[in-house]
Order: sequence, then C-alpha cells, then structure tokens
Amino acid sequence: MPSKPQVPGLVKGLGVTFNTMMQTIKPKKFGGGAATVQYPREKEAPTARARGVIALREDNCTSCMLCARSCPDWCIYIEGHKELAPPRRAGGAPRKVNKLDRFDIDYALCMYCGICVEVCPFDALFWSPEYEYSEPRIADLLHDKEKLGEWMETVPEQPELEAGAEKKKK
Amino acid sequence: MSDVTDLIDRQKLSYIAAQAADARLNVELETEGMTLNIGPQHPATHGTLRIIARLDGEQVIWADPSAGYMHRGYEKLTEVRTYPQVNTLINRIDWLGSFANEVPFILAAEQLMDIEAPARAQWIRAIFFELSRIANVSLFLGDLGVQLGAITPVFMAFRDREYVLNLIESATGGRFHPNFDRIGGLKDDLPKGWIDETKQVMKKLRNFCDEIETLLFGNEIFQSRTRGIGVIPANVAQSYGLSGANLRASGVDWDLRRDQKIALPYDKVDFKVWTHPDGDAFARCWVRLQETREATLIVDQLLDGIPSGPVMAKVPRIIKVPEGEAYVSTENPLGEMGYYVVSQGDLGPFRVRIRTASFNNISIVPWVLRGVFVPDIITILASLYFILGDIDK
Amino acid sequence: MIAVDLPYWAQSLLRVLGGTVAVLLPAGTIVYLFLFKMMSFMQSRLGPMEAGPYGSMQLFAEVGKWLQKEDIQPENADKSVFKMAPLVVLLSTFLLVAAVPFGPDAYFTDFEAGVFYALAVSSISVLGILMAGWSSANKYSLLGGLRAAGQLIAYELPMVLAVVGVVIQAGTMNFQGIVLQQNTGSIFGWDGIGNPYILTQFVGFFVFMIAVQAELTQTPFDMPIAESELVSGYMTEYSGFRFLMFFIAEFATAGVFSLIASVLFLGGWGIPFSWFGWTTADSVDNWMNVVGPLIMITKMMALAFIIMWVRFSYPRFREDQLQRFAWKVLIPVSLVNIMFTAILKVAF
Repeated sequence: MPSKPQVPGLVKGLGVTFNTMMQTIKPKKFGGGAATVQYPREKEAPTARARGVIALREDNCTSCMLCARSCPDWCIYIEGHKELAPPRRAGGAPRKVNKLDRFDIDYALCMYCGICVEVCPFDALFWSPEYEYSEPRIADLLHDKEKLGEWMETVPEQPELEAGAEKKKK
Repeated sequence: MSDVTDLIDRQKLSYIAAQAADARLNVELETEGMTLNIGPQHPATHGTLRIIARLDGEQVIWADPSAGYMHRGYEKLTEVRTYPQVNTLINRIDWLGSFANEVPFILAAEQLMDIEAPARAQWIRAIFFELSRIANVSLFLGDLGVQLGAITPVFMAFRDREYVLNLIESATGGRFHPNFDRIGGLKDDLPKGWIDETKQVMKKLRNFCDEIETLLFGNEIFQSRTRGIGVIPANVAQSYGLSGANLRASGVDWDLRRDQKIALPYDKVDFKVWTHPDGDAFARCWVRLQETREATLIVDQLLDGIPSGPVMAKVPRIIKVPEGEAYVSTENPLGEMGYYVVSQGDLGPFRVRIRTASFNNISIVPWVLRGVFVPDIITILASLYFILGDIDK
Repeated sequence: MIAVDLPYWAQSLLRVLGGTVAVLLPAGTIVYLFLFKMMSFMQSRLGPMEAGPYGSMQLFAEVGKWLQKEDIQPENADKSVFKMAPLVVLLSTFLLVAAVPFGPDAYFTDFEAGVFYALAVSSISVLGILMAGWSSANKYSLLGGLRAAGQLIAYELPMVLAVVGVVIQAGTMNFQGIVLQQNTGSIFGWDGIGNPYILTQFVGFFVFMIAVQAELTQTPFDMPIAESELVSGYMTEYSGFRFLMFFIAEFATAGVFSLIASVLFLGGWGIPFSWFGWTTADSVDNWMNVVGPLIMITKMMALAFIIMWVRFSYPRFREDQLQRFAWKVLIPVSLVNIMFTAILKVAF
C-alpha cells in the first residue's frame, strides 16, 4: 500500500520559521509579539524570591558574626562594639547593647548564595529582587550599612506557600 | 558481535591507511599534514576545550583533546569549606542544569549522617532534578543547530528555556544557581500557584520539542550530516566509560534512575528509557530529544502526586557530619555524576572526589575522531555534548 | 537616454552614480529588511530598534563603526594580496550590475551577449575569495578558501546550464531581448500575463536559485564560512573597512543575482505589454523608465526573501555532500531541462 505522500522535511522546516515570523509580527492584542522585552524601556519584574541584593535591618543585628563566618567568599565585613544602655526597669542593671560600627557587603565578591540570610538567627538580613545597582567603579560595589538599610524598602512580602506545605510555626 | 569486530578492524585499518597517506604525502610532495588547533577559543567547543588535530587535507589523522583550561580547583576548594558552602560551589560545575549537581552530594552527606529527608522534599527534589534536565538538554537541542549551521533553533531553545528558568527562580530565587538542596531536605517550600504554572510550562516545552523535531530533525540536510557519523559501538562506549544519553544511543539500556535504588521517588512514576541501536551522532541527538519530552511527562506525574508535609527533617543547627565515606551517583543531564565524600567529623568534608560525566565522555574523542572530515569533528563533538565546567571542574 | 542629448562625460558620470546606487541600494535594503529584521522575527525577537525609528539607521551605524576601526593585518600575511582580495570580490559585483537593464532605455550597456558576459564575470569573485584565503596566513582561512574554490567552481556549471534553457526559449542572449520576449509573449495564445519563463522553465529556475545560493556561500552551502568551525573562514583575518567590503559584496551580490534572476525568469522591469498596448521596445512609454526600476526592486526583494528564508532555516552541507549534489544531481537535471526545452522549442 503506497504511503501518504510526505511533505519533505525541508519544506516543513521553512514552515516553522515562517510561522515564527508571523507570530512575532502579529500585534500584541492578537496574541503575537516578540519573546523579548525592550530593556531599559520595558522591564520584566523578577519574582518575589529572586536573589537580587541583600538588605540589612540594623536594629536586629547583634554582631554575632555568623553571616561573616559562613560566607563562602568572606565578603561581609562587620565591626561592632558594646555599649551600656539604661536598664529597662528602674533599679535594674545596665544592659549591654550592641552597636554596629561597620557592616559592609562586597558585591564584587558576593556569590548570591544566600547562606548569610539563611544562617542569621535574628532575622536581620533579607533578600530583595533589586538588580540594577551596577557601578562604573568596582570599589563602589562595596555597600555600607546605610546603603544596605536603604535596600530594606525594596524587600517584598514573601508569597504564600503551595497547598500541602507545612504551616510555619510562628 | 562480528560486525562490531569488523567495525573496530575497519577503524584500525583506516587509521593505518591514514598514517600511510600522511607518510606518502611527506615523500611525494615533501609536505606534512597540517596540525590544527581547534580551540581553546572556538565557537564549537562549548567553552575552552582544546583539540589538537593533525589533518591530511580535510581528513583527521589523529586528534587529542587537551582539557584543563577551565580548571577551578573544586576538589581542593571543598577541603576548606563547610557543607553549605560546598553546596553553593558545586552548583557551578554543570552550570546549565545546576540543581542536578547538588543532588548526589546531598544524598551522600545524608547517607553519612543517616538522615532521611521527608517524602515531600524527595518529590520536590525529583521535580527540580527533571527541570534541570529539561533546561540543560533543551539548550543542547538549540546548540546542535548552531554547530551544524542552522542559526534559528538556538533562539527557540533560549526562548522556551526561559520559562523553566523563571519557574526555578520563583521557587528558589536563582535562575541558574538555585542552591536549594539542604542536608535533610530543601531550603523552602514552593510558592502558591507553582504547580499549575509548571504544568503550563511543560506543555510549552512539549511544543518546543515538536518544533525542533520538525525544524531540525526532520530536515534532510541534518540527517545527511549526522547519520552514520561517529559510530560508537556499545562495548567501546562501555569500555571508555561513557554515560547518559551517549551510552543509551549505542544501544545499552542503562539508566540510573531506574536501575538504582535511590531516595528520589523514581519508582513511583512511569517513564520510558529511550535507546537507539545505531550509536551514531543522529542517535545521540535523537535520544536526548526524546529524553526531554520524557522529562516533561515525568514532571507532570510528579506534580500530581506530591505528598504534603514538611520539607525539612530535624537537623541540628550546626551540621557536623560523622566520620565515614559515601559514594552516590545519579543520572544527571550530562551523564552519570557521582560524589565520593570522605568525612572526618568536621564542619566540612575532608575530601570530595567529583566524578563528572563529561570528563569520561570526551575520553573517547581520540578514538572516534580518526579518519573523519573536519566538519564531522564539529558534528561529533556537538553530539557528544559536554560542558567545560563538567570536564575541568 | 532621454530627450536631452548629454555629452559623453555626463553620461558616464550618470552611469557611475547609477551603478553605485544600483549596487548599494539593494545591499542596504536586503541587509536591513532581511538580515536585521526578518531574521529577528523568525527568531522571536525584534532586531535593532534603537538606531532610528525601528532600527532603520542601524546600517549606517554599523558602517560608521567599521569605518573607524583599526586596519589590522596579520604579520605573516602577504600584504598586497591581502589588501586586494576584498576589492576583487566587490569588483565582480559592479561589473555584473552593468549588464542588467532597469527599463526600456534605463540600462548601463546593451550587450548582445549579456547573459554570457554576466556568467563569465561572476566568476571573478572566486579569485577574490581564494586570494583572501591564501594570503591570510591562517590555517582556518586556508581551509575556508580551499573549500570555497571547490564549491564555487562546482556550482558555476548548474548556473550556466540552467540559464541555457532560458536562452533557448528566448532565442537571444541579450538581457533586454529576454525581457521583451517575456512581456510580449503569450501562453498558448493568451497574453494576459505575458510569458514569464518561471512557468515553463521552473526546473531551470529551481536549479538557478540553488546555484545562486551556493555562489553566494549562503547556508546551506556556507562551508567556506562555516561559522561554527572556521570562525568566518576566508574572512577571519579581515576587520574594519576590508570586512565592510566583503559584507557589502556578499549582500550586493545577493541583490544583483536576484535582479538577474528576475530578468531571466520573472519578466524583468516589465509588466505584460498587452496591458498597455505596447508591442516593441520603442513603443513603451517613457514613464516606464522610472517605474521599471521600482518593479525590478520589488521582484528582487521577493527573490532575496526566498534566498534569505532558506539561509536562516537550514543547517549546512558538508563539502563532499555539496559537491556530490552539484555534480550528480544538479548538472544532470539541468541537462535534461535543456534537452526538453530544445525539443519543445522546435516542436512548437
């Protein structure tokens, strides 16, 4: 029994490229358009968990140095000193409070692995999806305490978890 | 069996004939064959691989790969890092399917610590493992076109691979280097809506596989470039230590996901292991295409059956792995990847030996490149599919 | 040319300017429309969008970029041959466009043996490519140059033989004569669309387009360039202005070959004369001298579209496969085509 006449693969291949071209030319409201965005005029929003930059909440940090120790590149520089603060209730002993002098993260070395954020026991470090902080000079990639505090504004709400996940014990 | 011996004899004869031709040339024209350096900077070598080839006209007399231009010293680095830090580093060995690099290491460490990750974690690990396979091999399908001259499939590959990378980013935070696996489970659970999104993406990837099949594999020019080129018989493949799709394309039915009892739930899903009897370049490319499609079907099945529960077992805050040695190898996108972890009870491993698939895969290059034409070198290298980070670590 | 009687030097000047425009305009349009935009659309992206509206000035930006680059010559290269090679390749394009007619009176020269001249002159580019390959002192360029020599010479023959069928059917080797024959001809007595030779010579058209694709070293016949193996083949060591000349030559030759193909197979600058009641070359109105070039450009764009479409969709042949294809498939097919054309020409 003669088999159905096959369209040669060469012609079908031409059809695929032609269809892709037509799909790109079709205007957006008919479902067409390119697969790319015209950066920097339009920007794609990264997801909420995207690892863009690390933000520091200074109030929570106690200079325990866990993040600096666990960084694979040793790119976190911390210096702090202890001060005496007035006691909480009258008649009590003065409290030792930690004051951060210096908390720098060198983004020229950072591998964006997230070990520091995960390891911090006091919830002082957060991930933020901001990614547009490139500098003409490498030295400017060392973000100091103030700059890391500014990134806190860009930290998004963490999304809800998928069905079946264990509820977080708070 | 005799036709394999015939093939080997023919290869030997063609090798001897090529050497004789070289000698004859030297006498007749007082010329030598030409020694050509393919690489280390070359569009075809997937990175900085150097192949020193001696050519007689356009035919190869012998070819020697010279790897090491991208050596980063991983095994030495792991000696001075803790387990979470090692996990971050090894993401970067096979950088296209990154999650797959973490899995055997974490499984080896869990074996040493005698910890079992909860069921939900194992299922999600398997899903990410297959997603990394899809991300890796879909790039191969596009790259294959570029090596052979078709410049369009690679854009389709990158376009459709973006969906997978966005999925991985929405769950782990990193597109290329997720750093998601932890000893005892996973870092986080999945965000809301991830399962439905993944199902949509798997449909798109199946469309992509069909498109590539029409555009590239159905093309008569592609078939005449790849059929019968670089034939590797099954016993030669096994003796050189090939693994993954290269082995299956020579007819050897060997898949570690099915043949090895491993913590990941591959015994709970149905999947087909694709083999091809020919062992030529077309077979290797075809097997990888079918594997990509199969991976999307595996992900669909895994998504339907994720058990609920925690994603992290009870693990101490500071992880100290007890003394011992463990070796775990898994069916990674490039082949068989294994980690031999030696621990002396410290915060970090004492020694990690990384058995990577591409290192063994290119050991066959001198054998298979004898007597082929220069364009066929590119075809064969493209079909063997190695990643430089995997070769050089 | 027109009613004004121009002195010879003015005519020559017009010819030179016209020739430059006739070479650069198709090159520029093909590069922008097809290479920048069509290839991008086929790859789901938009192509250059920044330079000018929708990236229309991108070509000028690129030309400017190449012009201001350093003139690098390899130390071991044969300097004079290295410098001459791009000029030789571009030279053949200019010589080729001199024979193509753009209108009833808008032509550069009216050769009696136009077809013969065009096919002969198109082989000069082979010399240029060989010169580039050998003189670059680079093993990759050498491989590319040698492959090019074999390929381009092999595909000259199918091109010539495909055109022979058209010459037999038209009865003349003069390009203007071929155009007139097609536009005044009739198919079995019906002269609604003239007699474009693509209908009767479809085999010849097919073979000619394949041979043109090979002569331009476009995929699937781009072994001499073979970007993933030879990193630009014979053009590897060229940068800046010299590379610009190769680049222009590649697309200008694509445009000129499309012009020639449209003259030979699609009826050239003409629309069927029966629509306007013309009968001979002299009876054609003068406004055809302005509309003719526009019609030629449209037909050239259509053919260049096909050439580029195939270029972006297919992988490339290995050189022994493409030699086999030329000698064992294309030449016998075109010989059979000539045989049939001759028989039918005598019969009818």
